[in-house]
Amino acid sequence: MSQPILQTLADALSVGGLYALTALGIGLIFGIMRLINFAHGELIAIAGYTLLALFGMPPAAAIVAAAAAAMLLALVTERLAFRPLRGADPATLLIASFAVSFFLQKTLILFVGARPKGIDFLPLLGRQVDALGVRLRSLEIVAIAVSAILLAALSWFLKATRFGLEMRAAAEDFTMARVLGVRANRVIATAFAISGLLAATVSCLVVAETGVVQPRMGLQLTIIAFVGTVIGGLGSLAGAALGGFLVGAATILLQALLPPDLRAFREAFLFLAVTLVLVLRPRGLIPARGLRERI
Amino acid sequence: MSERERALLAVSGLIVRYGRIAAVRGVDLEIRAGEIVSIVGPNGAGKTSLLSAIFGVIPSAGGDVRFAGDRLAGVALEALVGKGIAFVPEGRRIFASLTVAENLALGATVRRDNGQVHADRERLFATFPILAARRRQPAGLLSGGEQQQLAIARALLSRPKLLMLDEPSLGLAPAIIDQVYGLLRGIRAEGVTILLVEQNAERAFALSDRAYVMRGGEFVLNGAPKALSADPRFDAAYFGIGMSGASP
Repeated sequence: MSQPILQTLADALSVGGLYALTALGIGLIFGIMRLINFAHGELIAIAGYTLLALFGMPPAAAIVAAAAAAMLLALVTERLAFRPLRGADPATLLIASFAVSFFLQKTLILFVGARPKGIDFLPLLGRQVDALGVRLRSLEIVAIAVSAILLAALSWFLKATRFGLEMRAAAEDFTMARVLGVRANRVIATAFAISGLLAATVSCLVVAETGVVQPRMGLQLTIIAFVGTVIGGLGSLAGAALGGFLVGAATILLQALLPPDLRAFREAFLFLAVTLVLVLRPRGLIPARGLRERI
Repeated sequence: MSERERALLAVSGLIVRYGRIAAVRGVDLEIRAGEIVSIVGPNGAGKTSLLSAIFGVIPSAGGDVRFAGDRLAGVALEALVGKGIAFVPEGRRIFASLTVAENLALGATVRRDNGQVHADRERLFATFPILAARRRQPAGLLSGGEQQQLAIARALLSRPKLLMLDEPSLGLAPAIIDQVYGLLRGIRAEGVTILLVEQNAERAFALSDRAYVMRGGEFVLNGAPKALSADPRFDAAYFGIGMSGASP
């Protein structure tokens, strides 16, 4: 295959992977709590600023710290904001997540300012490497590999462990899972911790790619990934990953395939495609089971 | 005092409200260990609300529920199964996307004796061969009767002292209902106490030691099934002949 085609394909795979991870982080929480967590973007931002704060330390240490920060923030928002609202109407939860998102974003701006800050994180990943006879940036290969590994690990966790089984049961029918003795607090806290971990992973890849951190860096990702969870089928984890991937990959492919005059309207075409999917499959590509009103 | 101590489940003055409407209006109920007790009544009598409130799935507006002497108010939903109460709610509520084996594994969530759980599961598979044959399939593919068997088997895997079932015959063919009730008879032989809610009074009476007849959120009659069937007031309570009790 020729260089531009493979290059575009690698772009689509790596960006699709980022959105799949983000959509999965959002879908995991929605599946269990019926909460659409718009504060997911701030988890990405806090991980980015942790990388910035620890710049100069070994990258591995900075990455671990970024993951810890995002997981901790996720757990704190769950404990302080979302736990008291558990069982509330989804609209209430949605508004609460906007409130948490704004609060965290403005707090971040208060401490670090609103302007983007440059950070040369993992510069080695910007290098070109020869792969399959074409030149690709190593960051793309890393992004694709990390996304694939994390998706595989998460699906193993959900399929093969006791914790994962309890999470899948809770996602389908939370009340019945509790009737059988599944502990609500533990399952929800685990889901938030995992979504923090996913956000931190996405953050590291985005920061390495763009070389910039800013308080609103997670917003665009979160909104597009949310669209991904909707077309994938709200409440279905496989659907979230697939939907996120498709939306991310579609952005890149539209960018490459649209005539130059129309590229500025890329998002319009993207949302046209999303609308089409929803007209044809209103419950998403992989509909969730048991998405019923809970008592 | 001794009467209270002997009751495995004691409910007094239980009230359930939905807004201004009282679905359960101050119900008293006692079940001794080893008994099978049923609550029968027409659609809308408040049976499901009563059972759900006893288990704490829906909040009660007043009254007291004690299990083996302990008050259940304030006990978290997920802690009840550890105390020895299993609940098979209306509509079975199996996890359709999980396999039969996974549904059963969730039934043993609170148990730590894994070896014994395995033995119990094998024994249940002997009782419910269809579940053994379909253990790797998603539970959503089972028929209604098979799903009911799965729901009961799942509840039994917690090794309950008290099994509460809401309308186990609902939506099932008569032959399948026979099977389900045969199974409940077998469960009783193992010393499990059963509280059963049924609209199908004939079925419930054939199994029960005692029964309560519910109408308009209250118990209007109770006693031994034979005596109840013979009581002219029973038909009146069930079909509303000459009764003024409002049904929500």
